[in-house]
Amino acid sequence: MAIRKLLIANRGEIAVRIIRAARELGIATVQVHSAADADMLAVKMADEAVHIGPPHAAKSYLNIEAILAAARQTGADAIHPGYGFLAENAGFADAVEAAGLIFVGPTGDQIRTMGDKAMARKAALKAGVPCVPGSDGRIDSPEEARAIARDIGFPLMIKAAAGGGGRGIRIASDPEEFEALMAQASAEAKAAFGDGGLYVEKVIERARHIEVQVLADGENAVHCYERECSLQRRRQKVWEEAPAPTLSPALREKLCASAVALARAVNYRGAGTIEYLYDDRTGEFYFIEMNTRIQVEHPVTEMITGIDLVREMIRIAGGARLSYSQSEIGLKGAAIEVRINAEDPAKNFLPGPGPITALTVPGGAGTRFDTMLYQGYTVPPFYDSLLGKLIVWDETREGAIARMARALGELDVGGLKTTRPLFALLAADPDVRAAKVHTRWLEPWLEENQQRLQEQEGTGS
Amino acid sequence: MAKHLLSPLPGTFYRKPSPDAPFYKDVGDTVAQGDVIGLIEVMKSFNEVRAEQAGTITAFLADDEEPVMAGQPLVELG
Repeated sequence: MAIRKLLIANRGEIAVRIIRAARELGIATVQVHSAADADMLAVKMADEAVHIGPPHAAKSYLNIEAILAAARQTGADAIHPGYGFLAENAGFADAVEAAGLIFVGPTGDQIRTMGDKAMARKAALKAGVPCVPGSDGRIDSPEEARAIARDIGFPLMIKAAAGGGGRGIRIASDPEEFEALMAQASAEAKAAFGDGGLYVEKVIERARHIEVQVLADGENAVHCYERECSLQRRRQKVWEEAPAPTLSPALREKLCASAVALARAVNYRGAGTIEYLYDDRTGEFYFIEMNTRIQVEHPVTEMITGIDLVREMIRIAGGARLSYSQSEIGLKGAAIEVRINAEDPAKNFLPGPGPITALTVPGGAGTRFDTMLYQGYTVPPFYDSLLGKLIVWDETREGAIARMARALGELDVGGLKTTRPLFALLAADPDVRAAKVHTRWLEPWLEENQQRLQEQEGTGS
Repeated sequence: MAKHLLSPLPGTFYRKPSPDAPFYKDVGDTVAQGDVIGLIEVMKSFNEVRAEQAGTITAFLADDEEPVMAGQPLVELG
């Protein structure tokens, strides 16, 4: 059954992105919003808007009852969760289907399986996908954890079995530290997630973060190549690109095939991302987790493949089969995305919401700016700091970096401090230009370049 | 005249360090300069609100989890 009216259970730039895709498909849109978001761009763009609660996300964007009531009230027949908020909440996916509506994404059970690190690892191993050496399932006793630690060696990463987004992760470099951190991690996981189960794995030092985009319709699955997101601060990605610049074609084929095997093994439905650590010295890659939603950085994949991922996931949710066979999906050129956040890189990324007094958006060949900003909009303090994503494409990675530098020069967000100056420096950095980076490259770089970031700011950037 | 403790930032005001924890301070408590009386969450980053002067709390002018503006009075000190 094709979708006729889609409710967007999200906000910010991704809500705008989803409305655009729905409109091109001839689908009417309903935008829900909190009291703090009545004037956001997605509310202005959508066909209808419904106020669902106070600013605090727990009372609005995370309020399942209010969202389902808005769907009933407007006659929406499907709900797109975007990313964050309820996107990977299996109970929400179940509740949407129980209400007779379509959830634009995988089934609740698929979210449940892939969202539990231990279960996801089991599924990956079964599908023949290489995993980081570690506990083969969740561990509930310290004795069990000690035995595994002895087996795989240090440094070790301790994660909450029910965690996500980098939360609750601790690194132990010796047995003594391991004992202390294990107790802390279990107590914190119990408090945060109601589940003290842990998961232990070897730390792969100096790894790259590479992830494969998949599309699947419940029976068939294809990949749309990979993205590299090694430039991270506090485990949050800041600069993403496609394809991964140092991956050989043979390794790319192997990596992408493993992602498709996993998607097929769980009969995955919708758009998903399978994340890996890649050690470029050994050529080994290891599965870390699957994100069962559209990701922030999906546009770089759209730029190199020409596929509209959000449109395809809406089509699949409406009951259509995959529009593409694997051989129809090509990889062309190179794309880079940077996250323009309302944060001051010269002041340790202090977030700063407020009014947008002026706005100049970059344009021109191979340039895309996905944003929720408009002149006169006031960025509220209650949600994350992402203002927009600047995405460029060119025939080569060198060309894309030059284009990024050019586009950053055109971007002007008046009234707020943004992360723009950081990216101007990164685009000129020799290591970034040579793609000699790993997931722990950026943080020391930020410390070393603190002064340059402050000077960059002084120039009015 | 009652002294007010103002919010340094716009965001969400919390009176406890985590959902299950007790309040940092309650009405009737004495505070020393520099004591933490709450948190302001701005764009998912948590910032401590510290008392700029000593006194006794006579009232909370913002509730736990309430959205606040920068400069809005949070606490009345007697």
